[in-house]
Amino acid sequence: MMRLPSFRYRAPRTVREAAEMLADTSADTMLVAGGTDLLPNMKRRQQVPATLIGLRNVAELRGISNGEGLTVGAAVTLAALLRNTDVRAGYTALWQAAAQVATPPLRNMGTIGGNLCLDTRCNYYDQNYEWRKAIDFCMKKDGAICWVAPSSSRCLAVSSADTVPALLALGATITLTSADGIRQIPVASLYRNDGIDYLTRAPEEIVTAVHLPRLDGWRSAYWKLRRRGAFDFPVLGVAAAARLTADGLVESARIVLGAIASSPLDAQSAAGGLVGQRLTDDVIARAADDAAQPARPMDNTDFTLHWRKRVIRDFVNYALREIRGDDMRDVRRRVARQMLM
Amino acid sequence: MNIIGKPRRRVDARAKVTGQTKFADDIMLPRMLHCKLLRSSVPHARVVRVDASRAVAHPGVHLVLTGRDFPIPYGILPVSQDEHALATDRVRFVGDPVAAVIARDELTAFEALDLIDVEYEPLRTFADPLESLAHDEPRVHEYGDAGNIHKIVSLAFGDVDAAFARADHVFEDTFFYQGNTHLPIEQHAAVAALDPDGKLVLWSSTQTPHYVHRALAKTLALPAAHIRVIATPNGGGFGGKSDPFHHEVVVCKAAVLLDRPVKICLNREEVFYCHRGRHPVLMHFKTGVRNDGSITGLQVRTLLDGGAYGSYGVASTFYTGALQTVTYQIPAYRFQGCRVFTNKPPCGPKRGHGTPQSRFGQEIQLDKIAERLAIDPADLRLRIVEQPDTLTANYLRIGTIGLAECIRRVTDAADWRARFRRLPMGQGVGLACSSYLSGAGLPIYWNDMPHSGVQLKLDRSGGVTAFCGATEIGQGSDDVLVGCVAEVLGIDPMDVRAVTGDTDLTPVDLGSYSSRVTLMMGNAAIQAAERARDRLAEAVSKKLGVPAERLVFAERRVFDAEHPDTGVAFSEAVCLAEAMFGTIGTTGSYTPPRSAARFKGGGVGPSPTYSYSAAIVEVHVDAQTGWIDVPRVWIAHDIGRALNPPLVRGQVEGSVYMALGEALMEEQTFRRLPPRLSNALVHKYPSMLEYKSPTSLDMPEVFTELVEHPDPRGPFGAKEVGQGPLLPVMPAVANAVYDAIGVRIDEVPITPDKILKALDAKAAGKPARFGPSGFPDIAWPETLQVPPPWEGGDGHAINERERKSAGRTPATKVVPS
Repeated sequence: MMRLPSFRYRAPRTVREAAEMLADTSADTMLVAGGTDLLPNMKRRQQVPATLIGLRNVAELRGISNGEGLTVGAAVTLAALLRNTDVRAGYTALWQAAAQVATPPLRNMGTIGGNLCLDTRCNYYDQNYEWRKAIDFCMKKDGAICWVAPSSSRCLAVSSADTVPALLALGATITLTSADGIRQIPVASLYRNDGIDYLTRAPEEIVTAVHLPRLDGWRSAYWKLRRRGAFDFPVLGVAAAARLTADGLVESARIVLGAIASSPLDAQSAAGGLVGQRLTDDVIARAADDAAQPARPMDNTDFTLHWRKRVIRDFVNYALREIRGDDMRDVRRRVARQMLM
Repeated sequence: MNIIGKPRRRVDARAKVTGQTKFADDIMLPRMLHCKLLRSSVPHARVVRVDASRAVAHPGVHLVLTGRDFPIPYGILPVSQDEHALATDRVRFVGDPVAAVIARDELTAFEALDLIDVEYEPLRTFADPLESLAHDEPRVHEYGDAGNIHKIVSLAFGDVDAAFARADHVFEDTFFYQGNTHLPIEQHAAVAALDPDGKLVLWSSTQTPHYVHRALAKTLALPAAHIRVIATPNGGGFGGKSDPFHHEVVVCKAAVLLDRPVKICLNREEVFYCHRGRHPVLMHFKTGVRNDGSITGLQVRTLLDGGAYGSYGVASTFYTGALQTVTYQIPAYRFQGCRVFTNKPPCGPKRGHGTPQSRFGQEIQLDKIAERLAIDPADLRLRIVEQPDTLTANYLRIGTIGLAECIRRVTDAADWRARFRRLPMGQGVGLACSSYLSGAGLPIYWNDMPHSGVQLKLDRSGGVTAFCGATEIGQGSDDVLVGCVAEVLGIDPMDVRAVTGDTDLTPVDLGSYSSRVTLMMGNAAIQAAERARDRLAEAVSKKLGVPAERLVFAERRVFDAEHPDTGVAFSEAVCLAEAMFGTIGTTGSYTPPRSAARFKGGGVGPSPTYSYSAAIVEVHVDAQTGWIDVPRVWIAHDIGRALNPPLVRGQVEGSVYMALGEALMEEQTFRRLPPRLSNALVHKYPSMLEYKSPTSLDMPEVFTELVEHPDPRGPFGAKEVGQGPLLPVMPAVANAVYDAIGVRIDEVPITPDKILKALDAKAAGKPARFGPSGFPDIAWPETLQVPPPWEGGDGHAINERERKSAGRTPATKVVPS
């Protein structure tokens, strides 16, 4: 089997202790929570930190509290998030996204903070050391070129976290904590459209919490495209959220696409076009076309890129129809192989 | 019968579900070292230099082996001895083993791999069979039929052109079947050690310990009697553990040199490189039919992408043309097959070995024929079903045939007539049928000995030990062994201990491949048990004064059929027999009947009997996205007799599962980087995450019908079930897609993007299909002309060169099974 490389493991008990450790260690230090993304990457030598700071003993990162909205500690597992009735009742898109991450055993270990920081993915990069050596590596690790598009000056690895488009659509913010202080930013601000430098988080910062605003009158949905009913990362994620008036007019809306670029893609103009409208078939179709238009999937995930581009509008359509209140259970069952209700 | 046919907990179930089964990687021996293989990072090159000096000096490294340590080649087939445990002067694909490090632990061995310097001189690479056909140089191997053609064959049984001239319609179609791999959950693992006598022992997750034993003796140049191969229970095989493998040879050599146990457990990527999986096959079917649906003649051409080594490839090539005649009446038949070498992991036998590809083409073409003739596809097949006790055009002797009943059972269960062509747009059902061997009629290497042997030891306690070389790969062979013995001796299966797959302890069984174990081992077990029963009966008869033929063996007793109270316990019967005869041990063995085929190539296809299957698949296809959903599968299988029905159903459902993977998503595909920038040719995604195989959530409901007409050639009438039920599912999916949405997908996997492309083609007024556009012109050799039995043929080719000086027919000598 593949073995982990040697590394130093540090186990702080408080956020403060973790932040201080992070501040005074060298650059090749990484944080680890559930380890479901990082440890396999380490076995494949995609990431080879000399030191890991483990967050599993930091109790203050594992709470979910309500107040004005909901605050979720970064080390809350996806399984715990799914069990939370407030999440399930009020933040449907997040619940549906988390429910489709990987498999039950991985959701038992994987955390919301880990999913936010998930390494970008690419078929040329997510390979073991020997395979990457056979292509002379790529610019994301040990090499010089992006094999997806050899003329590209930047890495085109794909943002593949299911919860991220959902959190963007729900208007979530996150807390970043360092030894120097705390700052709160919108989730969208955490990401940069660059497969290597995909997070704006400073090296000494820890994602400590996710805040979901109160969303009275909002409905949301997340639709995930992948080959199988479990296990697979998204090759397209569509999160949509809208606040509707009592008589069905859209007051506010967001549509966010995942897994088609190195960062989540906020389809603002498509969502803006919904405002003041009823969610008729025509209105939904126009928004779906608008949302799909700027997307440029590359040939570095499962499925062919042309087909992935072509079905974006269908998945936006599914999400908006579900928000409208259509009975989508049959489509869900066929696409997601589960009901997600 | 008390045991056979009754649902029973399999004998190895407790160990499996409690995690106590010891797989190869569970073996830990004192002083054991660990091995890692350095594999080629280039697809095709001369190995100029291997410098391991830095690795040898690395702390914790005990030994580094290279190609120089393995001068003697091996290979599963006598005609394809083209592998070296480590590359001597050439690497042929990314993943070909070049060197081995044996170290104190896996991490140390892995680190040391990077310290081995290999200098390669790159050679032109072949990624596609058409490239291999177009370029004779450089040759991937210095043997084979021509250039980069490994094997090319041409056989004719009757005048096919005249048959086409007689037909009312002649159909021509091309199909492509993409390659895929076995994906056993257990990676290959092996441990080698010298026993205290200095003899070599290998524990390995292999399906064929006997063939591994032979390969080790040859390539290590050790007396076979000083080598013991123990097949550990396999965590799945499916044909992927049927070859002798590099890692097995390497750890044996290392254990001999170091006199310490050496273990290797491959990682998942390496399992993809071992491969030996489904050949990608391009095929052309030409069929002549009359208006009533009867077939006048069939011609099949296949082009197999063999990958970098021979493996079972010669047999695979013949198998793409062997079994077409077994399902339907085909009076004239021509087969032309060609296997080429490419710079990819070697293909070989995967469940169905060479037959699923051409079965896919044949069953889709029949669906097209049925539509053109306006005959229901089920009716068409019922009209042309092959007859029992027939000798086919290509000299395969058929036993019982349950195919017509399979079709009737499955169409009834699925309410076929109410659904076919009657469901709303986007929903459809498709039907297909198939047949498979119950064991290859010939062994891998020519010999006159039995294919399976069973030895029984009867104990005074009433316990029985059954020894057999068969290998438990999860299919339940230990349970079959125990069940057959217990039935004959009238004892409980749990009273029988199975000792299997150990070349020191057990008589030879050729291995768990070609669906041969139940039939061959089962018959051997029955013979051994009947011989034991006869001895016991003689002793009990004398003691009780009851004629031996009146004695019944049941419920752990031996008693008088006319006075059931008069009898003795089974254990007492053993004591009586031991007193009368001495130690009670018996043997049984099985040799398949001699094949009727006498032509070169006729060694592939014969079997003691054939199983039959019919499947109906229901699909939902979304016209907007092409998304495919399979809610239900109905499948009927002609099993002859189900020895333990839950195991049979498990095999059927497992076949449906694997088949749906092949039909809808699995593909072993490769990536060539832009040639101006790189020479790389790599497996696209050698990982269980990105090689897509269905999960439990993707499984439909499966309704299984077992058709039981005992075949006298099988043990208690049983036929095979391990492979046959896989075959009809892929074409049934394709036929269902057509019923649902009106486009033909003439290749697997059938994916949403291909459906949209076919719908686009249809909308543009082009043929409503997606699939290969044609079959290349291949320079076929002179066709061997074999007159079929009904034209007075005797199984010989009329134009085959006389080569009988050795005293054997060339067919059986040259062609392996």
